[in-house]
Amino acid sequence: MNGIRKYLGLILALFVVLAMAAWPMIDGKDITREVVFTMLLSVALASSLNILLGYTGYVSFGHVVFFGLGGYVGFYLMAVQDWSLWSAMLAGGLASAVLAFLLGKAILRLRGGYFALATIGINEAVRAFINNFDLFGGPVGMSLNFQVYQNYGGGAREALWMSFYVLIALTLLTVTLSYFVRSSKFGLGLLAIREDEDAAEVMGVIAPNAKTWAYVLSAVFPGILGVLFFFKNGNIEPAPAFRLHLSIEMIVMVMLGGQGTVLGPILGGAGYQRLRGFLLTNPLFKNIQLAVAGVLLLVIVLFVPAGVVGWVRQRFPKLRRVLQ
Amino acid sequence: MDFLFASIVDGLLLGFVYGIAAMGLTLIWGVMNVINLAHGPIIALGMFGVYLIFTMLGLNPYIGIVLVAVLGLLLGMLIYYVAVHRVINAPHLSTLLATFSINMIIIGLGTAVFSASPRNVDFSLGSITLGPITLLGSRVVAAIASMLITGGLYAFLYKTRQGRYIRAVANNRDAAELMGVPSTQILALSFGLGTMLAAVAGALIATFFPFTILAGGVYELKSFVIGVLGGLGNPVGALFGGLILGVLEGIIPTFMPTTWVPVLEFVLFVLILLVRPQGIFGAKK
Repeated sequence: MNGIRKYLGLILALFVVLAMAAWPMIDGKDITREVVFTMLLSVALASSLNILLGYTGYVSFGHVVFFGLGGYVGFYLMAVQDWSLWSAMLAGGLASAVLAFLLGKAILRLRGGYFALATIGINEAVRAFINNFDLFGGPVGMSLNFQVYQNYGGGAREALWMSFYVLIALTLLTVTLSYFVRSSKFGLGLLAIREDEDAAEVMGVIAPNAKTWAYVLSAVFPGILGVLFFFKNGNIEPAPAFRLHLSIEMIVMVMLGGQGTVLGPILGGAGYQRLRGFLLTNPLFKNIQLAVAGVLLLVIVLFVPAGVVGWVRQRFPKLRRVLQ
Repeated sequence: MDFLFASIVDGLLLGFVYGIAAMGLTLIWGVMNVINLAHGPIIALGMFGVYLIFTMLGLNPYIGIVLVAVLGLLLGMLIYYVAVHRVINAPHLSTLLATFSINMIIIGLGTAVFSASPRNVDFSLGSITLGPITLLGSRVVAAIASMLITGGLYAFLYKTRQGRYIRAVANNRDAAELMGVPSTQILALSFGLGTMLAAVAGALIATFFPFTILAGGVYELKSFVIGVLGGLGNPVGALFGGLILGVLEGIIPTFMPTTWVPVLEFVLFVLILLVRPQGIFGAKK
């Protein structure tokens, strides 16, 4: 009984993800699966970013670089070197982790706005480089041979369902990672860095190492997810892979749900995508969906900076045990 | 050799306009430590402002620019009071997201009204030939206008009471308040000036390049690069940074494919942030 109580926050978070995942399995429609695919992808990306943004307090504006780079490395291995999806995903995650490790040592020295600017610069530099990199297809990118999908369940439709199941597993893993980082001693060190980096160092947190590892952990899953996303997509190009806008959307999701909480990015990612889908299909808001989303973001930033989960935690302290 | 010289001159002329755009960004950063992520859409609004004034009212684009400047100033002050003032003392994330939400609102409304199709201001000033090089009249005028604007900004910051207030607030807001400087108005004015510079830069660019409502994004990124080159918070550094970037963009394509220009720009940007975050010329505050 005590064990369950201890992990109540994790169980609730995983339950929310599973409830979303169950929806297309119950109604069996392709369209529902696509909707939930986007939601789960956002949940996983936002939860990854949250490790750096929410726990450590470093604003990465170019986090999509890990999604794009992992995607590119994995896609190259699948399309040109005939690797399987599984080994390509591992390689993509590894590539992102290595990039984060190398970058982390250098740019995590910068604080506040300077760090945010550097991450934008890195994303743009990598995108411009890939645009010129002939091995990865330059500006036209690469495509998968349609035959590839036959190895994953028999046809394109089966491969899409399989991608969906893989995404569920990856999302559950990301959320679990996010939970254990937060509840570990390492995570406590990160929270201390967020509150006051100099004080944290005085208290014995080795900030440069802790920050670098937080950066690496927040980069691994975006890399793996990039491979899965572009595998399902069938082709990869520089512009969609390194879309700065996606980076910022990830931040919005984390903020919406509540930065620094485990449940926040889950609700934020899913809620943001639901809202976006609603605005895009609603005849009244169809043309101005971006502007409506902007107004909403402004209202949240100005009046509910702690996000939904953060606000509930402040208002109802008793729920803090469950809403982590 | 003539070709190289012509590219450098062309790059320099363009660099002045880049400098003005970056000055807007860096002024806001210098005074209130806010990175204005609505910078790009405001540049695009400047482009559309001059386009609308030219096509609808039939006014000379250079008169249009003056109107755009006034509207830019007012828009900036409005943005400050609506979006920035409440979070001015909050962590960086809040101001970044607040200005980004303005970015989304402008782009969202802009694409709904203007669609994403390209426009251009069909107005030519001919060209000037000086020995081996030929210069587009509109670029020469844009460069001269940029110099005048820089001079005007300096005169304003150093010779007027409002300008002195701005510098005082940039230096130490609390102390300035204690001395009776109305800091909220001054912050709004600074944000307005930064927006005005962005809008004017957009208007100048519109006189020689075609554009869409999304065109500002490129110049926003360039402004980041230039701002960091010259030292964030240093307007004159921004002008020099703009010239450096303009010349680089002129020279690099003569020996490398043009598509490598952004790679080098952003690598340079990250390196400067790492090695000398105060910029080549150092931030003067």
